[in-house]
Amino acid sequence: MEKELIIEKVNDFLIDEFEVEAEDIYAGANLKDTLELDSLDFVDLVVAVDSNFGVKLVGEDFVNIHTLQQFYDLIERKLA
Amino acid sequence: MRRVVITGMGIYSCLGQNKEEVKEALYQGKSGIVEDRERLDFGFRSCLTGKVPLPDLKKMLSRRQRVSMGEEAQYAYLSTLEAMQQAGVDARYFEDHVVGILFGNDSTAKSVIESIDVVRNKKDTTMVGSGAIFKAMNSTVTMNLSTIFKLKGINMTVSAACASGSHAIGLGYHLIKSGLEEMIICGGAQEINHYAVASFDGLGVFSANPDPKKASRPFDKERDGLIPSGGAASIIIESYESAINRGATILAEVVGYGFSSNGEHISTPTAEGPARAMQMALDQAGVAASEIDYVNAHATSTPIGDANEARAIVEVFGEKGPCVSSTKSMTGHECWMAGASEIVYSMLMMQNNFVAGNINLETPDEVSEKLNLVGKTLDKKIDVFLSNSFGFGGTNSALVIKKV
Repeated sequence: MEKELIIEKVNDFLIDEFEVEAEDIYAGANLKDTLELDSLDFVDLVVAVDSNFGVKLVGEDFVNIHTLQQFYDLIERKLA
Repeated sequence: MRRVVITGMGIYSCLGQNKEEVKEALYQGKSGIVEDRERLDFGFRSCLTGKVPLPDLKKMLSRRQRVSMGEEAQYAYLSTLEAMQQAGVDARYFEDHVVGILFGNDSTAKSVIESIDVVRNKKDTTMVGSGAIFKAMNSTVTMNLSTIFKLKGINMTVSAACASGSHAIGLGYHLIKSGLEEMIICGGAQEINHYAVASFDGLGVFSANPDPKKASRPFDKERDGLIPSGGAASIIIESYESAINRGATILAEVVGYGFSSNGEHISTPTAEGPARAMQMALDQAGVAASEIDYVNAHATSTPIGDANEARAIVEVFGEKGPCVSSTKSMTGHECWMAGASEIVYSMLMMQNNFVAGNINLETPDEVSEKLNLVGKTLDKKIDVFLSNSFGFGGTNSALVIKKV
């Protein structure tokens, strides 16, 4: 899958399902501080990624994922 | 021992989504029963049900708040907002004061089934999402509302089958009476969906009457079963001193809570147990049977249940005693919500000087005809009423409430 499509799909579900404000969506946005995602939201991110990309994430995958860019990259790696 | 008063009420029921709509429906003798023919496809014997619109809380709550709420919590949120508005309390009040919550609820069938279906399908529990566990627990209503409203007092759900909502108010009454709480949001909530009542339908106790509006006919000779219904009702109770100190409008006073267990059959009610509960409520209230103006009966439109309650009412009040009607004739059986919603309905009658008719009552049976049944709306002043709620397992609750 093209990186641009990954970014588009992630942004779409962040806005539609997670109700993140569009202006908070940028590569350097911090998932916890900027997007205000808490531990329960990360549980739902796993579901959203599975549903949108057919990829299963686990807790350990998120250890060094702090920004939206890192999240896009993680999904790209999992799809490769 | 302190006095306990009601300062706010809210309702989200098949008769209306607020007190004004519901009052009007009660006065007009409207039925909230409809058909849900999908139930027949699912394997139900009866497709009759009360129905309420599914709330859209997107503009009112954040995603995080909404994701852990099943329908029962959503209904309860709306009914509680209405009660809070009437009581004149808000988020700021809850910040500065310790307020508790006691809600009746005894199932979350749909939420459990939907989440387990996901697990079965995906063979992976991480696919259910973060809200699933909070939606699936019986205490989902109190869990969610205490979080949303940031409540700091008693926080628990009362599960007592169809007496849940009534017992929740009764227990709240005692906590305030004894000085352990100043204010408690009490209530009852009930999910409306085929998962919740499939097993109930399987007992063969639902009405199969082809006319939805005529099917719920408590005390009538031709009654053939109950109709499940639901929604939520909230009652804010507080100490008399608290209400006076903050200048709240006192709607009425809770003066008696009687309870009992039948100790007999798990589903067939007795007359003895309910009679004991009613007498206990009257004794506690210091009110003679003859002083009760209105009895809001539990009567669900089942052949045995209604007859046994009629016997119990005659035992306590004598023949042709106070006016009696069952609002379940209009609402159907609101189950875990009923004990609380029927307080709201009775309060609306008391505030507006009428007794809502026990609709569809054409011919009482030989036991019920000993009651002073009100079949059509009666303009009448009510100063004191008693409300019954009985449930599977033989649990009985009776509340006596009077004007202040």
